[in-house]
Amino acid sequence: MTSVRPITISINALGGQGGGVLAEWIVEMAEAEGYIAQSTSIPGVAQRTGATVYCVELFPKAMAEEAGKEPVLALMPVPGDVDIVIASEWMEAGRAIQRGFVTPNETTLIASTHRDYTISEKSAMGDGIADADIIAENAKKYARRLIAFDMDSAARSAGSVISSVLFGGLAGAGALPFPREAYEDVIRHGGRMVEENLKGFARGYAAASGAEIEMYGDEPEAQRAGARGGENLVRTLRRDFPHQVQDMLLEGARRLADYQDRKYVVEYADRLKPILSADHKDLQYRLTREVARHLALWMSYEDTVRVADLKTRASRTERVRDEVRAAPGQIIYTREFMHPRLEEIRDMLPRPIGALVGRMTFLNGLFRRGRKISTMKLSGFLMLRMVAAFRPTRRWSYRHRHEMLAIDTWLNRIATLAEVNYDLAMEITKCQGLIKGYGDTHERGMRSFNAIMETVDKLGDGNNVADQVRALRKAALADESGKVLAMELEKINSHSAAA
Amino acid sequence: MAERSFAKEVEKLRAGNGENFRGEGILAVTKALLQSGVSYVGGYQGAPISHLMDVLSDAQGILGELGVHFEASASEASAAAMLAASVNYPLRGAVTWKSTVGTNVASDALANVASSGVTGGALVIIGEDYGEGSSIMQERSHAFAMKSQIWLLDPRPNLQSIVDAVETGFELSEASNTPVMLELRIRACHVYGHFTAKDNKRPEFTVREAMENPVRDTERIVLPPANFAHEQEKIASRWPKAVDFILKHKLNEFLGGAMGDVGIIVQGGLYNTLIRALELLGLADSFGETDIPIYCLNVTYPLIPEEINGFCADKKAILLVEEGQPDYIEQAVNTYLRKADLQTKVIGKDVLPMAGEYTGQVMKEGLRAFIEQQAPELLDKFPTVNISAPPAELNDTVLPRPAGFCIGCPERPIFTAMKLVERELGNFHVSCDIGCHLFSILPPFNIGNTTMGYGLGAAGASAFASDASKRAVAVMGDGGFWHNGLTSGVGNAVFNNSDNVLLLVDNNYSAATGGQDILSSRADNPTKSTRHPIQKALRGLGVNWLKTVRTYDVTTVRDILREAIASKEKGPKVIVAEGECMLNRQRREKPIVRKMMKNGERVVRTRFGVDPDTCTGDHACIRLSGCPSLTIKPNPDPLKTDPIAHVNNDCVGCGHCGEVSHAAVLCPSFYEAEIIYNPGVWDQFKAGIRRSVIGFFQSLADRRRVARAL
Repeated sequence: MTSVRPITISINALGGQGGGVLAEWIVEMAEAEGYIAQSTSIPGVAQRTGATVYCVELFPKAMAEEAGKEPVLALMPVPGDVDIVIASEWMEAGRAIQRGFVTPNETTLIASTHRDYTISEKSAMGDGIADADIIAENAKKYARRLIAFDMDSAARSAGSVISSVLFGGLAGAGALPFPREAYEDVIRHGGRMVEENLKGFARGYAAASGAEIEMYGDEPEAQRAGARGGENLVRTLRRDFPHQVQDMLLEGARRLADYQDRKYVVEYADRLKPILSADHKDLQYRLTREVARHLALWMSYEDTVRVADLKTRASRTERVRDEVRAAPGQIIYTREFMHPRLEEIRDMLPRPIGALVGRMTFLNGLFRRGRKISTMKLSGFLMLRMVAAFRPTRRWSYRHRHEMLAIDTWLNRIATLAEVNYDLAMEITKCQGLIKGYGDTHERGMRSFNAIMETVDKLGDGNNVADQVRALRKAALADESGKVLAMELEKINSHSAAA
Repeated sequence: MAERSFAKEVEKLRAGNGENFRGEGILAVTKALLQSGVSYVGGYQGAPISHLMDVLSDAQGILGELGVHFEASASEASAAAMLAASVNYPLRGAVTWKSTVGTNVASDALANVASSGVTGGALVIIGEDYGEGSSIMQERSHAFAMKSQIWLLDPRPNLQSIVDAVETGFELSEASNTPVMLELRIRACHVYGHFTAKDNKRPEFTVREAMENPVRDTERIVLPPANFAHEQEKIASRWPKAVDFILKHKLNEFLGGAMGDVGIIVQGGLYNTLIRALELLGLADSFGETDIPIYCLNVTYPLIPEEINGFCADKKAILLVEEGQPDYIEQAVNTYLRKADLQTKVIGKDVLPMAGEYTGQVMKEGLRAFIEQQAPELLDKFPTVNISAPPAELNDTVLPRPAGFCIGCPERPIFTAMKLVERELGNFHVSCDIGCHLFSILPPFNIGNTTMGYGLGAAGASAFASDASKRAVAVMGDGGFWHNGLTSGVGNAVFNNSDNVLLLVDNNYSAATGGQDILSSRADNPTKSTRHPIQKALRGLGVNWLKTVRTYDVTTVRDILREAIASKEKGPKVIVAEGECMLNRQRREKPIVRKMMKNGERVVRTRFGVDPDTCTGDHACIRLSGCPSLTIKPNPDPLKTDPIAHVNNDCVGCGHCGEVSHAAVLCPSFYEAEIIYNPGVWDQFKAGIRRSVIGFFQSLADRRRVARAL
């Protein structure tokens, strides 16, 4: 009996990521290097955006010829018997580990750390992103050798596709008995995108030979333009608030100056002060910090004026150019999908006029259809610029007063609770996160927020109320129809009625 | 034209005697058909044999040279009925489809051809869509072989064995006047390997010769009294002939060692997995050398009692490796042994699971349990390594990745519209069909209650005929429509005065199976007749309420759907939603656009984007779309924590995002970008003016902003 075992490779990829091309490259290279190669896959529906596993097995031809027999190669990987796992995405690496294909004595894991989010992560109403660190911990624990880096960015910077970087990673890992040239020959022989693929291959090779795990995040946003003339205000803010809250406070202040003006920043600070005096130093002013964040978000509520302003900025033009990868000087145009309703027009107008317009429901017909506005052409741009010009009058607008009243009620509640039930005050603060968006989304959030506040009024400030509010907040984000929240509220209400 | 082209690979089909043929399983099957002198070939696409149909389609040149007739059948029933040509004439014919679903559809014709019996070899190549990656109900084709008495081949999954099985399959068919099924599992269809080729053979007898010399034999027609004679003939003549042939040509293999009081009986298709499991237990080497005797069933029906009894006679116990249920082979082996009064223990589904795929891991565990029970001394020599189970915490982190609509898919907007209607009118009963549109049942749409089979969406809703306050909606694709939905769905609804709504998705192809052409395809197909509008067929059937809509127009689809549901008119309400399959459209258009760009012609590329500073992180847009290129990324705003929506560069600019944000009144974050390549002078002039005016106002606004900034 021979003790020579085939080399087993499992390629775990997403549909359309070129897992098949990678398998073909490996097969072609192995055959050129004197190996018998077998590969198989399950395309089927998995090809339509699902996860796909390719299984490749290699056996030295000389051994087979010597024995005068054909090796019997497997058509699917068996846990504990996989020499190399190549995962083209981080969660797929996790899936390979979960399925037992990555084992400490056998497996070299070559994986890209970039994420291609699953539908459940994407469609969550808030933050549904899975914890990549858990996968990293297990990858380190289960792989005999781990080569992991962001191959997606490497591929993009090389103008190539991820399969070439993975191929380079495989070469750099030295897990197959083939020289670098053998890999490069296969790419050259393929004849398509040779230069780009070789470049991607080289990136992968270099990173894998370094053999260091490297987790890339998204690149940090560039620092905003420096402020001029606002130093006094910043100094005052720094003087009036403890250092624990200053970063968040200044972030909020900058947002509001940009949103409205410096006077608005002063209002912001004034609103925050009662919270600060109710807060505790030994709790690191956690509450004030959190309120600073949420108050800034609420005070910069998203209205038509704000959207028009953001959409017409020079920096926005640059960002779009960058995003769509326009070449320098290339002509691009954008069209915005807007659907202002009568309510939005009412909201931005000065209060008495807004109230009047709001009653003219016969105008609704004008706003039924959405509008496409070309922001990089004159009429569209000028129209939006005109709307943006309403910024100075925002303070007297129909909506502003409503928002400020609601904010003050919320802040009073927090300030009062801070003394008696700090955790509850914290939870109430976080409930602001439910109010976001425009139109229906905003209304739904506001409804959830108000429903929770009403319940808090009934529940009082007992010990477990903070937990209840936290559960309600989660429930509000569980579905769009609000059914889960309604059920939770019902539970609490019937409970308190019984008590 | 299909999604994948085999134009290059089919050249390998010309390989001659002694050449080393390397390629995919389905390509090897095609080569084997040509080596066998096949006269006609037909079939219906569907994983895992879609590629076989694509290869045959791309190989029509070579087939023509050899005088082989190829037909892309309208359904598996059409394909099976094609085998009628082998009843009276010495014509070798092969048909193929996805099983068990295709065999279900084909079973009427199959039963007839099996009753008539064949003169020329008749081979049915079935892609057994069982186990990982399958999209259908988990059943066995074995039952069809048993009920109609069609022989079932299940060769070892290497190309040489598969090719041999095709060739001997024809011979077996002719020797026993019985059609033969060749079962190929998913991975075997796609396995890349090698075998030694032979020359292609022209058919000894051609379709043309048959047509010019018709033969009529009433004894071969399924009609009394011949039908009764057929049943007797199957038992008295065809079966024994088959058994003789299988014995004589040693189609089943005795592998492994010759000694020992335990042995293994395995279906040929599972042989490689068995050997790997033995290897991992230290009981075999990479060449499959093992001391344990193995009886490998390359023919799983009929079974050969002589071989079984002979194999078992000197053994205390055997392991029977038979995938799927019911355990037909195990039952039969027990019966044979009982009748021969042999006391060998048959252990099969005791240590291996009754249901589900026999993966390497499952096989290894079952095998270990068998050895531990029956021959523990074998294991002692090899201490087995226990692998620590993967951590449970990963189960919560690793999220499922269900299949879904592709980037820019024209079917997505239909379900967005349906979701919007649901918001207004509440949920209604939706009867789904087979095709890409079935992905509507998965997140994010979660629409659809049942699916009853290809083309049966409308029929699946036919019981809902009450005068209820809500109406049932059925979905059907163009593929399903031409496959049988035309009669079973639409004809049925017209005839029975059904008031239901039928949404017919017309994407120009049989898209889910790989983009093959169908009657209503818009493309010119050199060998097929296309461009037969679905609407014309519907009118012909008597559909009066008929509307055609562009799928991407979400608002209109929503309004028409609402109208259809509310309509007081009698009879089925049929909406034909048109939009070309994006995968195929891209494949068609991309090279053209690339060429235009290269030639300096003006090209406008569109794609979508999301402004990060206005996106609120609610993801309502994603819940109404699920497009792979509409994804999320961490929020760049330090005050916000929810990830924002983001359109990646795979966007093909189908326009759906914009339509949705209008139809559903979403946030104003979406923009559509037009990127102009090779602009003209007028383009540049306009752009210059726009840039300078806009730039002026932008710098003004920037100055103001800096003035108030901190």
